[in-house]
Amino acid sequence: MTPLAAILVRDMRIAIRVGGGALIGVLFFVVVVTLIPFAVGPDLPLLKRIGPAILWLAALLASLLALDRLFSSDHEDGSLDLILMSRAPLELVVLAKGVAHWLTTGLPLIVAAPLVGLLLNLDAPAELTLVVTLLVGTPALTFIGLIGAAIAVTLQRGGLLLAVIVLPLTVPVLIFGVAAANAAVVGPAPFGTPFTILCALTLASLVVGPFAAAAALRQEME
Amino acid sequence: MAIADLANPSRFLTLANRSIPWLGGLTVIVFAYGIDQAMLAPDDYQQGATVKIMFLHVPSAWLGMLGWGLMTVAAFGTLVWRHPLADVAAKAAAPIGAAFTLLCLVTGSLWGRPEWGTYWVWDARLTSELVLFLLYLAVIALWRTVEDPSRAARAAAILTLVGAIDLPIIKFSVDWWNTLHQGASVFRLGGSTIYPTILMPLLVMAVAFTLLFFTLHLAAMRNEILRRRVRTLRLMQANAVS
Amino acid sequence: MDPANHMGFIVAAYAATLVIVGALIAWVMLDYRAQQRTLAELDRRGVSRRSAPAPAMEQAKEQA
Repeated sequence: MTPLAAILVRDMRIAIRVGGGALIGVLFFVVVVTLIPFAVGPDLPLLKRIGPAILWLAALLASLLALDRLFSSDHEDGSLDLILMSRAPLELVVLAKGVAHWLTTGLPLIVAAPLVGLLLNLDAPAELTLVVTLLVGTPALTFIGLIGAAIAVTLQRGGLLLAVIVLPLTVPVLIFGVAAANAAVVGPAPFGTPFTILCALTLASLVVGPFAAAAALRQEME
Repeated sequence: MAIADLANPSRFLTLANRSIPWLGGLTVIVFAYGIDQAMLAPDDYQQGATVKIMFLHVPSAWLGMLGWGLMTVAAFGTLVWRHPLADVAAKAAAPIGAAFTLLCLVTGSLWGRPEWGTYWVWDARLTSELVLFLLYLAVIALWRTVEDPSRAARAAAILTLVGAIDLPIIKFSVDWWNTLHQGASVFRLGGSTIYPTILMPLLVMAVAFTLLFFTLHLAAMRNEILRRRVRTLRLMQANAVS
Repeated sequence: MDPANHMGFIVAAYAATLVIVGALIAWVMLDYRAQQRTLAELDRRGVSRRSAPAPAMEQAKEQA
């Protein structure tokens, strides 16, 4: 097994086992979406119209809050030092950790999204576009969030700072993700344009995220 | 004095001490001329007297962006050359850039109320300026969270560079999002061209604001160098005791 | 829309500029005074950069 695959498997095991917190992200997602109707009222047409936006926002918050411990737990138990000393390129290690994180928190969200979407009165085509946009867009959220997690790795109150740093940077992903998801519900915009740009944003974040996060980790751990 | 001499904090301090009064004086003179010209400027045929707010709004928007640009250049200095003066320049620029961005938002909203009938519209430019303001606050929060100055500088430098990549994308997406949602209230400045009678005072005010920015930045850098000196002395003192 | 009403907004915008720029200038000046005072206080107590044994060390400390 290559070092990168080993890290991938290790991170996924840690996330799934007791104390890992992979499923807490999904629970958070469901709770946030459930709370929205209590705030805006049980108006089904309205919920249907804003449904994709609510689900996207909840997914954004859930995937960011779960990132908090990604590097700091490794920093605390010393495995981050071992990773830094290893011969595997740090950028690729960070990429592997990001993929592991997305598989354990992003993917469950996407599985849960259609079920929660039913509560918001979304019909089948809307559910389908929503799932496709989340599938394409959530990796971008994870990889932008990686940068914040790497910057905040040694900090005491890292969690809140992480959200403050990362949330403004995710504005483009949110705009195009919701625009594409809305295409089947309301939206004057066609599905293709925002969806293509969303794909581009994800690909760009796959490159920029690991490089920036690796640079931040090297600077922090000196 | 060669550029390399400036890299020494003590030399920089001497230069700053010498040039801050002159820069400040020049700023006051250009401001006096600019405000005089702005008051004399004719009203816009569409917007009336409120066009006078533009003389504050546009320069502060420009300086909000200049601040991030300056921080980006300094970030390279921090990460590539590890230069302490680059750290100082980046840290001093953040609150000033944030203040000018806030000024842009405040004047924009005071301009929006008579023009659009509301203090805030999700206009593309105002919205991207708001995100820029939030990013400034995030950088300042980061500077204030990390105890060790050079480590804080490197973390802030990475955030600044990521922001520099993301800001044009944010601008583009907000523009796209805005035209999608509300084409009606898209705002045009008295037709497509600005009249020379309005352009001239605007340029003078832009120069005045830029001078103000650099004076404040130089002074804030001087403060930061002194603050680090205090910190070093305190650490020395603590070491001597222990 | 009456011009008198507009005048209020123009004045408010210029006043806001005055407040924000004034706050910036005040912050920079007060901060300068505070740092100068602390340095003088440290100097009075005999903690000074001149007590550093060699210029090379001084350089190193400044960079820290």
